[in-house]
Amino acid sequence: MFLIMVTKENALQRSNLLNVLWDIQRKRRFISRDDMKKIAKEFSISMIELEGVISFYHFFHLQNAGKYTIYLNCSTISQHKDYQAVKKTFQDELGVLIGNVTKDNLFGFFKTSCIGLSDQETSALINNYPFTNLTPKKVKTIISKLKKGQSLESLSNYPKDNIKYRPEKDAKTIFFKTYTKGEGLKQLVSLKPEDVIDLISKSKLSGRGGAFFPTGMKWKLCRNNKSDQKYIICNADEGEPGTFKDRVLMNKYPGLLIEGMTIAGYAVGATEGTIYLRAEYLYLKDKIEAAIKDFEEAGLLGKNILGLKGFDFKVTVQLGAGAYICGEETALIASMEGKRGEPTTKEYFPVEKGFLGKPTVVNNVETLCTVPRILEMGLENYLKIGTKQTPGTKLLSVSGDCKKPGVYEIEWGMKLKDFLNLIEAEDPHVVLFNGFSGECLSEVDFDREISGENLLAEHIQFKFNDPIEYSRKMSGVGLRSGGSFMVFNKKRDLIGILKNITKFFVAESCGICVPCRTGNFLLNKKINKIMFGHAELKDLEEIREWSFIIKQSSRCGLGKTSTNCLLTAMLKFPEEFKKHLTAESNFNHSFNIENAVENYNTIIQEIESTYE
Amino acid sequence: MNNLINITIDGKKYQAHEGKNLVEAAKENGIYIPTLCHFHEINPPLGTCRICTVSVNGKTTTSCTTKVYEGMEVEINTPELLNTRKAIIEMLYAEGNHFCPSCEKSGNCELQNLGYDMGITNSRFPHVYSNKVVDFTSDRMIMESNRCILCKRCVEEIKTKDGKDVFSFVSRGVKTRVHIDYEQEKKLTDAEAMHAMSICPVGAILVKGMIYEQPFGDRKYDISGTLKETEIHTDFIKRNDENKFIVATTSLAGCFGCHMSLLDIDLEILDILEIVEFNKSPLTDIKKFSKRCDIGLIEGGCANSENIEVLKEFRKKCDILVAFGECAIMGGIPAMRNFVPLKECLEEAYIHGLTSEIGTNIIPNHEDIPKLLNNVYPCNEIVKIDYYIPGCPPNANHIWKVVKNILLNEEYSITHEEFKYD
Ligand SMILES: Cc1cc2nc3c(=O)[nH]c(=O)nc-3n(C[C@H](O)[C@H](O)[C@H](O)COP(=O)(O)O)c2cc1C
Ligand code: SF4
Ligand code: SF4
Repeated sequence: MFLIMVTKENALQRSNLLNVLWDIQRKRRFISRDDMKKIAKEFSISMIELEGVISFYHFFHLQNAGKYTIYLNCSTISQHKDYQAVKKTFQDELGVLIGNVTKDNLFGFFKTSCIGLSDQETSALINNYPFTNLTPKKVKTIISKLKKGQSLESLSNYPKDNIKYRPEKDAKTIFFKTYTKGEGLKQLVSLKPEDVIDLISKSKLSGRGGAFFPTGMKWKLCRNNKSDQKYIICNADEGEPGTFKDRVLMNKYPGLLIEGMTIAGYAVGATEGTIYLRAEYLYLKDKIEAAIKDFEEAGLLGKNILGLKGFDFKVTVQLGAGAYICGEETALIASMEGKRGEPTTKEYFPVEKGFLGKPTVVNNVETLCTVPRILEMGLENYLKIGTKQTPGTKLLSVSGDCKKPGVYEIEWGMKLKDFLNLIEAEDPHVVLFNGFSGECLSEVDFDREISGENLLAEHIQFKFNDPIEYSRKMSGVGLRSGGSFMVFNKKRDLIGILKNITKFFVAESCGICVPCRTGNFLLNKKINKIMFGHAELKDLEEIREWSFIIKQSSRCGLGKTSTNCLLTAMLKFPEEFKKHLTAESNFNHSFNIENAVENYNTIIQEIESTYE
Repeated sequence: MNNLINITIDGKKYQAHEGKNLVEAAKENGIYIPTLCHFHEINPPLGTCRICTVSVNGKTTTSCTTKVYEGMEVEINTPELLNTRKAIIEMLYAEGNHFCPSCEKSGNCELQNLGYDMGITNSRFPHVYSNKVVDFTSDRMIMESNRCILCKRCVEEIKTKDGKDVFSFVSRGVKTRVHIDYEQEKKLTDAEAMHAMSICPVGAILVKGMIYEQPFGDRKYDISGTLKETEIHTDFIKRNDENKFIVATTSLAGCFGCHMSLLDIDLEILDILEIVEFNKSPLTDIKKFSKRCDIGLIEGGCANSENIEVLKEFRKKCDILVAFGECAIMGGIPAMRNFVPLKECLEEAYIHGLTSEIGTNIIPNHEDIPKLLNNVYPCNEIVKIDYYIPGCPPNANHIWKVVKNILLNEEYSITHEEFKYD
């Protein structure tokens, strides 16, 4: 029944549900009640549970989303480029407002958050084909050609890699240098699994997805859990706004990733690996799968790899369906199991009970790509690069107000101000470091280095009240980022940026816990209040109080970090907030009687004319 | 499991069974941690409601998902954590549409009980008033989404014999709702359906015809409860000189029930009249303020333009504003119209309604008639409110205790019976 991705043997497994839904969504442009009935029956689940899954992911639709489904990126960086004009042109050309489908069901026009193309905004996806550097003119051409029946494939532009920098010498470079297939993997011939774990532990490699959990320790914990089956999952969900380095890695070095996963499998005793690829990167899927095939043919995947008896490993690609929260590892696992992407309570970690209840390692693309390089160049050489706590290099995805947006491979330990020079930042004022869940940096931070040295506990870092105290305590503290680096000049409206951020978290909260679900929603309203000039000092105090409550009591990392940017922005740019404030009073300025009775006035007129 | 280990709670040492969940371990030692989504049968714990947030070794986490181990240091009742937990309950009130006076579960509701326990008089968060449906489709059950706190108990617990889910979360973020699968619901036995209603901590799942089991006064949380030592608001204390204190009262979009309650103190009113003089108030029929007042008591929320004017005038003319009754605090029953388009309300009331004369087709409309607002607003969304007295109507003693506290700086505490949302 469902043809594209489903084979007979796996058809009824729950973990295949997302694939089935994708097949139908792509073929029919939505998932109808009739299709749902069939699917529910096949998978033996109730209709409502199925609807729960479908409605969780924003690329699945219950109503026709158009033969061509357009998703325009509404993230800050896109807004600062041509978003408004591009949006208007789409609306004019299609004759529908954003969020709607044309009458003939030819086009559906929606917005979406960051799609991993921040270095080539304004960008959009049409049926998941990428369209970059959009201008009103380009939009007109695209729409008219699509109407004439030209194929999406021929019109779309494959994203550029935009690798802008790497350390001068190969010896200082980890990623962006010549790659020879199997070079890293081959080293396993002389290494026992324990040796690999030992090596990775000594390399101090830590999670590049942004949480910086020590990779060696994660693998060791997984190895120590006895089980008949274990899994390696590559987290290629890359949902943090402003990040796109994983996209570039997978596009340029898919082999490196496959090797990294295979080595991880060898180390922990897993025989199956899955790359959970965000649906926004569908265009990378064929390329990755071709590389997998290539590896299989070369005997670098499959059974008895490298001739090592019993070293079996296979890699598959699983497509996500549009949910930032699915980058959180337990939500990702739930999603792979064909469920709603809700994070679990951390009663167990994935290394204990992960995918299908089996011990599972979840690692970021960049983390896994580092592994074969460490093996290839040897621990000693690797430790010569970077700083003591963070050896090696880091990939940063740069966007915003600078001359050279793109991907940078830098040695850990570079000063922030040197990095700003490198990217040719124009009058840098605010840096969003580590994405929307990261923090706001200002001039006082420009002397700090990008590294994992002298870190402070997180609850200290976000509790400063006083900017002077902050700069004194934080001056020697390193800065770590999963990879997002967005820079803004003085002309950019900080409150507008924060509004975009809070809106993002409102849209992306999974909804399972109240502090995140409603707390972020209320904060977004507060930001609007500031923007309209209705806020008083009291509102700023409330924002701070509520932010801490959300941070303290949320169930997962999303809610725990969603207010970081807001809190750090309030600390470092108080004047940006104060300039919007109105005087303290006993009356709420956001209530406006004219607006409140406007509706009544029009209704009275309408009713009078209807019944006359 | 049987290993006894040592833990520290709020600086004191206790013993507990290793691996036991912290809520239970604390309970065995006589320490109460509030919970909503947690109940003993559920395993693994849901960890959805976040009410049991405590600090373990310096990091905040939920007790229901924490297993105790040797040397664990727990903080439960620090001012900061008490405030966080209170805020979570207040946020649940702000996000849902909890009209306690009209709720079948009132008195047996775990959310309401926590509200009482924490002495919540109003939510610090503005009401979201999101549109949520009441689903009567199923033959046996009603799903009242306005009250659902998304604890997920029903989703995880109620399954058909062949293992299918009867309830599920649908959508995500602020739009998340619990929906029923009608077909699966039919497969449940009556006992299972009743079980669904009983595990729902609030009044979201109702079995038709089985709702009012206990009369008022005999409900679960009518009987048990604690005395509330109310904080003294010293900044409100008024001067005490020869002159009488001046009080004004008004009823905005309310039913006058709060005013009736105000009179319910019987003979004590004579004592009160010794020290208090009423100015603008329906009690005196004084229509206009003739002096500045010490206290203004507001009943009812704001449904029309006149309510707004009156409320603003009260704010200008009174030193202290007290919102008394649910309507003034959160919009109350009139705010239930916030989920129906205003046009439909007007048509139903004046044109299609059973009591309107056929063919008249008139909606009263004149410049002297106040205009209806797009929504019904709680008073604190229009002006600053200094004090809240919950109840529908508030208990007479509660009202006077508050007023006397403000005027005479008298300490007071509110009994469980006097502190009610319904
Ligand atoms: C809300 C949220 C979103 C996340 N998104 C991603 C992501 O897109 N990519 C990623 O690699 N890790 C993401 N993470 C971190 C993962 O949970 C996990 O720590 C990571 O995949 C582990 O791999 P690593 O140790 O190699 O970094 C996210 C975490 C949270 C809380
Ligand atoms: S913090 Fe809560 S609502 Fe937000 S994404 Fe995590 S689990 Fe979901
Ligand atoms: S319906 Fe009741 S049991 Fe189910 S999630 Fe909502 S509040 Fe919890």
